[in-house]
Amino acid sequence: MTDMTLTKSKRQTEQLEQTNTAVLGFWLYLMTDCVLFASLFATFVVLRHNTFGGPSGAQLFSLPYVLLETLVLLSSSFTNGLALLSAQRKQVRPTLIWLGVTFMLGATFLGLELSEFHKFVAMGDSWRRSGFLSAYYTLVGTHGAHISVGLIWMVVMALYIYKHGLGRLSLKRLRMLSLFWHFLDVVWIFIFTIVYLFGALHA
Amino acid sequence: MRKTKIWLGVGLALVAIVVVTAVYLSGVNIPVLEPKGPIADQEFRLLLLITGAMLIVVIPVFILLGYIVWHYREGNPKRGKYMPNWEHSRWLEGLWWVIPTILIAIVSVITWRATYQLNPYRPIASNYQALKVQVIALDWKWLFIYPSLNIASVNMMEFPLKVPLHLYLTSDAPMNSFWLPQLSGQIFAMAGMQTQLYLSADQVGTYYGRSANISGAGFASMQFSAKSVSQASFQAWVKNVRKYAPKLDLATYNQLRAPFSDKVHYYSLAYPCIFNEVINSYMAPANAMMAGK
Amino acid sequence: MNHSFIYFGGLLGKLSLKQLPHDPLTIIGAVMLIMVPITAAIVLTLTKRWKWLYREWLTTQDHKKIGMMYIIVAILMGLRGLADVVMIRTQQAVASGHAHGILSASHFQQIVSAHGTIMIFFVAMGLMFGLINLIVPLQIGSRDVAFPFLNATGFWLFFAGMALVNVSLLIGDFSATGWLAYPPLSELKYSPTVGVDYWIWSLEIAGIGSLLAGINFIVTILKNRVRGMKLMLMPLFSWSVLGSMFLVAFAFPILTVTLTLLALDRSFGMHFFTAGGGGNMMMYVNLIWAWGHPEVYILVLPAFGVYSEIVATFSRKRLFGYSSMVYAIWAIVILSFIVWLHHFFTMGAAPDVNAFFGIMTMIIAVPTGVKLFNWLFTMYRGKLNLKTPMLWFIAFVVVFTIGGMAGVLMAVPPLDFQFHNSLFLVAHFHMMIVSGVLFGYFAAITYWFPKFFNFKLNERFGRYAFWSWLIGFLLAFVPLYILGFMGATRRLDHYSASLGWQPLFIVAGIGVVFIIAGVLFQFAQLAVSIWQRNTNRSGSDPWGGRTLEWSLPSPPPIYNFARLPLVSTRDAFYAAKRAKVVSTQPYEAIEIPRNTPLGLIIASGAFLFGFAFVWHIWWLVIVGLVISIVAIIYRSLDPHPTITISASEVERIERSYKTEVAA
Repeated sequence: MTDMTLTKSKRQTEQLEQTNTAVLGFWLYLMTDCVLFASLFATFVVLRHNTFGGPSGAQLFSLPYVLLETLVLLSSSFTNGLALLSAQRKQVRPTLIWLGVTFMLGATFLGLELSEFHKFVAMGDSWRRSGFLSAYYTLVGTHGAHISVGLIWMVVMALYIYKHGLGRLSLKRLRMLSLFWHFLDVVWIFIFTIVYLFGALHA
Repeated sequence: MRKTKIWLGVGLALVAIVVVTAVYLSGVNIPVLEPKGPIADQEFRLLLLITGAMLIVVIPVFILLGYIVWHYREGNPKRGKYMPNWEHSRWLEGLWWVIPTILIAIVSVITWRATYQLNPYRPIASNYQALKVQVIALDWKWLFIYPSLNIASVNMMEFPLKVPLHLYLTSDAPMNSFWLPQLSGQIFAMAGMQTQLYLSADQVGTYYGRSANISGAGFASMQFSAKSVSQASFQAWVKNVRKYAPKLDLATYNQLRAPFSDKVHYYSLAYPCIFNEVINSYMAPANAMMAGK
Repeated sequence: MNHSFIYFGGLLGKLSLKQLPHDPLTIIGAVMLIMVPITAAIVLTLTKRWKWLYREWLTTQDHKKIGMMYIIVAILMGLRGLADVVMIRTQQAVASGHAHGILSASHFQQIVSAHGTIMIFFVAMGLMFGLINLIVPLQIGSRDVAFPFLNATGFWLFFAGMALVNVSLLIGDFSATGWLAYPPLSELKYSPTVGVDYWIWSLEIAGIGSLLAGINFIVTILKNRVRGMKLMLMPLFSWSVLGSMFLVAFAFPILTVTLTLLALDRSFGMHFFTAGGGGNMMMYVNLIWAWGHPEVYILVLPAFGVYSEIVATFSRKRLFGYSSMVYAIWAIVILSFIVWLHHFFTMGAAPDVNAFFGIMTMIIAVPTGVKLFNWLFTMYRGKLNLKTPMLWFIAFVVVFTIGGMAGVLMAVPPLDFQFHNSLFLVAHFHMMIVSGVLFGYFAAITYWFPKFFNFKLNERFGRYAFWSWLIGFLLAFVPLYILGFMGATRRLDHYSASLGWQPLFIVAGIGVVFIIAGVLFQFAQLAVSIWQRNTNRSGSDPWGGRTLEWSLPSPPPIYNFARLPLVSTRDAFYAAKRAKVVSTQPYEAIEIPRNTPLGLIIASGAFLFGFAFVWHIWWLVIVGLVISIVAIIYRSLDPHPTITISASEVERIERSYKTEVAA
């Protein structure tokens, strides 16, 4: 059955092409996600003064707390980079450890965000309070939902690497995961600036 | 023979359609094409102008299409030269990039000017002082308030001839679009917001107006009449309404707000700041003082 | 307002038996609707075809089969949309003065909203994605799409959205707020029933499906072209699809966001678009049209591509002005994103804003005009074969030009003040979309049908259908232009007799009778063509085709190309025919993706999620979400399951075509 098999070199070029194709597809997906966030940012900017008698950003936000969140998220991006580096050196254990650290940092970030939400809601400033707060919870919450997806992805990724090692496919996906994670970082920088920083400054 | 008969039939049918349509149209009122005020009149003239400009391109396209399809059909022995590989001509393609561009450029200039000229917020030049009318779109009726005259009306806007009307519009219901085609084009009426519109009438008459934006189950009956009358009869009407019509206070207004379709009513105004309060009631919770909110 | 909070009390949320239909018309509709799957189930059981259905269709990854499923769904939904038309036209023809007609106001408004929603999202989009799936890989010489699994999942999400719209007929109601559901009318305060929620979630789910399909086809066209086919050698249909899919990728995320925000308002008491509470209703109108205007071009560009293929083939000439055509497509793509405000000039924006958007809108007429002239000059000095695809094209030019003229009129803001939301507008956009989209897809189906079934559609019945459609269409819409001048707006369930509108509404109704005749002729055409298929065998190249799909046997094998074609010019197959190249390369083994039900499962989860969200059955929302997520994770553990077709098997398949032809 020699005709059942593809020749080795042909299979390699095909795999390379598949990887390129997948990466292009993933970039396109990220672009659509960019449009999604851009729409949410636009919404937030339009509604940011519509407090309807409720609190404004300046009254709600505590910049040091947000700074802490930001630092946690940024360091998770760093450890994610370390995981990718170890993976490229085909070192399974360090890869898994750094992935674990990234996961912990990501989960911490999510916890900080949720506890901030909880604090606001407990004070009576829920998403029902005003157009501004609806936009705030939705924009920041959508980022949080993306972080959650990233965390689930990390768990699946770690299990996959644990089981299958660091083959071509693992590496490709790890690259996409870190692309995704960095993308969320960038989005967060915008959230930090537009929502929190400007919100706290423009009293 | 058979073909001639078919074409004859088609031709007769077309003539018949044209005749019937013409007879029908001569018997009905076509508001957009029969303007009765300066704004609608300018819009109508603009319509003719732009249509004319478009025909400069459209007519050649139709002639070209008819000619090419007829002449180059496979069954035509006198088809002429067949050029299967002819695929490009810089000159020709340049022609149809450039000519439409020039035409659109001209139309753009006209558009730019007309948009300023016919900006609904632009006052109408007139010897008369503009009459201010506040319009509130309700579920499913139009409330017209004349703050300077202390009267109000539902589904009927009466006003003196030649006097420019300065309308302020808002909504205490879903979004509506105010349309009075024989006097002016549309403008939205939106809750919590105020839009403005100037219009005026040149002739005495009653004109059809309605909402053009779906606003719920009673949308179809969301219509009103605009009645232009002489100065003298307008004054008489105002006097009458003030004297005999029931009072429009907050309680009456809140009854009006309920969703139902209504006939024509007149009121004397007992609570003058309804319009502003309606807008403000959507701006902050403290302002939602009116009952029922 | 308890239901605005998440709570688990009540296992069925807002759902109860009261939500079943009770007025006679809806019951008839619901029964007819239920009959479709029941009949299908009975037929499948009697013919013992359940396994076949599962193996060949439900789990397939083959873009050709997915394309066919898209088209079948679109045709079925088209019939529902047409039934809506019949009710709308009947109501408006009779409901003059004191006559109430056959429908209540809210029922009429639901039907109007359903008609628009269904025709755009499930008919036009379905036909479009169907054709793209069928043709694009064949045209660019590819054995498959870039992401077959994503593609299949996209289809099933489209299907789930479609199912949700139809469920609304059985349980609950549908949105009565027009096809774009402007707030605050669509907010909970004014639309307290679940109708708008059905609208939101069916479009949300189908929209995500479209987004996946869009990404898939961008990558397919950019990465899967056969070696030698540079971008500027690509057939025009594929070019148009590329432009259209870029629009999908940029515009659909905006739709996703907009619908989500409206859902958040309605389900969780947020204040994005509410009147009061700090909401901004005009933001919705801006957002929905930032998606909605590009959507028009998403639909129309592939049809332009179809016309480009058909005009060249049936004129037996090269397409005139290829590069101009490509530039025109991209000019349209870019411009379509900066014109959305023309949908609401009447908002009261400053004149400079209105004028800017008006002028941008008119500029689109330039590239569109260029395309028109290029088509005309493709026919010039050709040998026109005036078969039905060409008739659709000629009708398109006439109708589209008239509609386009009306479009330029409405692009002038002061004129739009007189036309906005009037029946003039309704006539305009039907002229654009029916001629620019539907006629194009009818032409495409006639043109490419033999490629997939190896027989042509009957020409005589095609002509009957064409003339019925054209006459009916003009009768149905020319009166609407006049009604617009007369002050009639859209979505009116009744009107005063004194306005004199009734005769024109009756004429429009007669037009629909002709259109129905056209549709019946189309079905008759299909039946007759199947009946006479053995005498009408078309072979692989019935029209003298110019592009690569015609080089394949009909129907194409699962792997499309046994040997990848050599391409060095435009109209690659035409060139190959002239050069009489016959490849003698040995066949090779070909990998194709293995069937999987996971796409269907992901979409089922999405359907449950959407249905449960409509009714606030929160536990079911979570179940639906978990099903989808687990299916995605499961897939990711075994991402590229393939099967290999051996070289000898390929040879056997290819030889079977040759013997068939010989026989």
